[in-house]
Amino acid sequence: MASRTTPRMASRKATRTTRTGRIAVTAALSVGVLAALTACGGGSDAADAAKTSSASGPVTLTLATFNQFGYDELIPEFEATHPNIKVTHKKAATSNEARDNFFTRLAAGSGMADVEAVEVDWLPEMLQYSDKFNDLNSPDVQGRWLDWKAKAATDAKGHLIGYGTDSGPEAICYRSDLFKKAGLPSDRDSVAKFFGTTWDSYFAAGKQFKAKSNVPFFDSIGATYQGMINQVQAAYENPSDGTVTATDNPEVKKIYDQVVQAGITDGLSAKLQQWSDDWTASFQKDGFATMLCPGWMVGVIEGNAKGVKGWDVANTFPGGGGNWGGSYLTVPKQSAHPKEAQELAAWLTAPEQQIKAFKKVGAFPSQKAALESPELAAVTVASFNNAPTGKIFAERAKAVTMSPFKGTKYFAINDAMQQALTRVEQGTSPQDSWNKWVSDVKALG
Amino acid sequence: MTVHSPLRTEFPGRPEPAERTPTPTRPAWRRRLTRADEKASPYLYVSPFFILFGLVGLFPLVYTAYVSVHEWNLIGGEGDFVGLKNYTDVLAQPYFWNALRNTISIFLLSSVPQIILALLIAAALDSGLRARTFWRMGVLLPYVVAPVAVALIFSNLFGDKFGLFNHLLGLVGLDPIQWHKDVLPSHVAIATMVNFRWTGYNALIFLAAMQAIPRDYYEAAMIDGAGRIRTFFSITIPQLRATIIFVVITSTIGGLQIFDEPRMYDTAGMGGADRQWQTLTLYLYHLGWTQKNFGRASAVAWMLFLIVVVFAVINFLVTRRISSKGSR
Repeated sequence: MASRTTPRMASRKATRTTRTGRIAVTAALSVGVLAALTACGGGSDAADAAKTSSASGPVTLTLATFNQFGYDELIPEFEATHPNIKVTHKKAATSNEARDNFFTRLAAGSGMADVEAVEVDWLPEMLQYSDKFNDLNSPDVQGRWLDWKAKAATDAKGHLIGYGTDSGPEAICYRSDLFKKAGLPSDRDSVAKFFGTTWDSYFAAGKQFKAKSNVPFFDSIGATYQGMINQVQAAYENPSDGTVTATDNPEVKKIYDQVVQAGITDGLSAKLQQWSDDWTASFQKDGFATMLCPGWMVGVIEGNAKGVKGWDVANTFPGGGGNWGGSYLTVPKQSAHPKEAQELAAWLTAPEQQIKAFKKVGAFPSQKAALESPELAAVTVASFNNAPTGKIFAERAKAVTMSPFKGTKYFAINDAMQQALTRVEQGTSPQDSWNKWVSDVKALG
Repeated sequence: MTVHSPLRTEFPGRPEPAERTPTPTRPAWRRRLTRADEKASPYLYVSPFFILFGLVGLFPLVYTAYVSVHEWNLIGGEGDFVGLKNYTDVLAQPYFWNALRNTISIFLLSSVPQIILALLIAAALDSGLRARTFWRMGVLLPYVVAPVAVALIFSNLFGDKFGLFNHLLGLVGLDPIQWHKDVLPSHVAIATMVNFRWTGYNALIFLAAMQAIPRDYYEAAMIDGAGRIRTFFSITIPQLRATIIFVVITSTIGGLQIFDEPRMYDTAGMGGADRQWQTLTLYLYHLGWTQKNFGRASAVAWMLFLIVVVFAVINFLVTRRISSKGSR
């Protein structure tokens, strides 16, 4: 407690030394950081050198995915069969987060994983820079995927930039217990009939449900819109020249009006933005009764709805087939070990592995052989009342007849649209929100 | 400051070389070298900091200015020189002004209560508490938690439908607050995260300064009949003037550049569907990384820099006046 009696002058001096001390610490820290950075650089150079000098030495690959790819148990299996390769798996929570990481590191010219997962929504954006990725064409994988799946990842020069992982044929997931409580049919065949095959019939079913239950019919208009817009051949951009047509496309406006009518005016929406904390929590609290459900969503629901019984999946989708999402594995030219990386990507996207991933997390295969495999047809999900998801989603995949065109601005426009729909759910008038979306799209230039 | 002291202490020794000059064995260049050493070495000693600052501070600053007057794509790189077009483009966008409003609002909501609270906590910690070290360590604990973790926990607590705070409001019969929909509640929620993290840190800085205030002042004031509140305002606050200026300026800089908390406040990370809590840094990030327009992002970065400077100067002048009034 000597300091308590120090005179004022001394105290002033004390503050001064602490400040210079702080600067010194900052400087020392910065030196440390710099040293660490250079050390890192040196480390990877050393690794490169090691690789070129002895190709047989152990190689560590990084794999970057997001959400649920179902690779957790496949990686040890790969390592066991490829003793020279170690795999570090980095997982981002959402596709948006992965996209930000992806482009930042692509721009920086370093820091990308050896194998980077890319979601179909931002695939067109990344194809602009296809010269920064390795061409993965190889006779081993020729004809492995559904045609539209491989075509979407092929650039103008004919280079195959990504290996398809999963696809997202959509069905409708629903809470059979809530349907039963409302006195409606609850087994999956009758529910499929109840939903019908058009958006009108699906929303009409929602109104019937709403009359008998307090639970909202679907999670959000944004998620429902996503299913509808994916059935439009060229929603936002002109496929021939890439010009933005979104704001003048009558189909977009029609879908917007239709989904706002159903979700807000008719009150079918729970107004829970997908992936928000409230949305996640709502699975434990009867948040909503149905949702559009690509194969991979089954895994998400299972995770969020742990302990909740009653989820099931109806083999139907309004407006014909629909595909939502699906990803690719790419090998950036930044990778120091492109050969091994390609090997890993090829192995992970082989039909056998993709079937395992499907069993684990519901990421539905995009490989032709996998779709016809009896192993896939036999897959059921216990927590979904033993629904034969393999059979259902294979049928849903056959219902997909087209692959919508997504240009370079698709992601940004669709993101702005999702925000517009969220605004409507938060109380902005549909027309105001639409106008704001129009000006957002114009501001993209 | 300590850097200058060796120089000064050398001065009294100046006559020494004069005595030495007669000795012919000592060559002139050596003397010059010695003098150069005396003059230059202090600068050499401080140079690592300034070299580093030049590399990681000044260079990016200047380079950002260079980028901001060009068309610049995140991946495509440098484009045409466009002059101030990026600045006028950004100023014409309502989102910029909206972001500016949000930034200032969140800054005020966080910095003001934070500094007042920190002062009070420091005053409490300065008094004779039992287990003093325990309490002092305790207030620093939130600072150790990573901001993103804080944001994740708080955005869960601030859930609109199933969050803890709205649940508690429901228990006392109040309507739930739309934390992610309305502008002010979202700012309050984000400011809460900031305050949670920084109040204890600032309290410790204040505490350290309080400990240096001579106790005689308090004793004298007590004898004159001043109470604890009177001594707090008439002795503690004026004596803390330098520290308050320091804390106000650092929290101004930090507050205007707030990023982690609003970014993590929802999953989209854009600052809300109607940009309710999009701060300038988030807007900058959105321009640079979502729209990949580095030119505009750099223009925003420079305007943010100027805004921070203006605010820091205003705060410096204001705090200096307010607290010096008491001490004179």
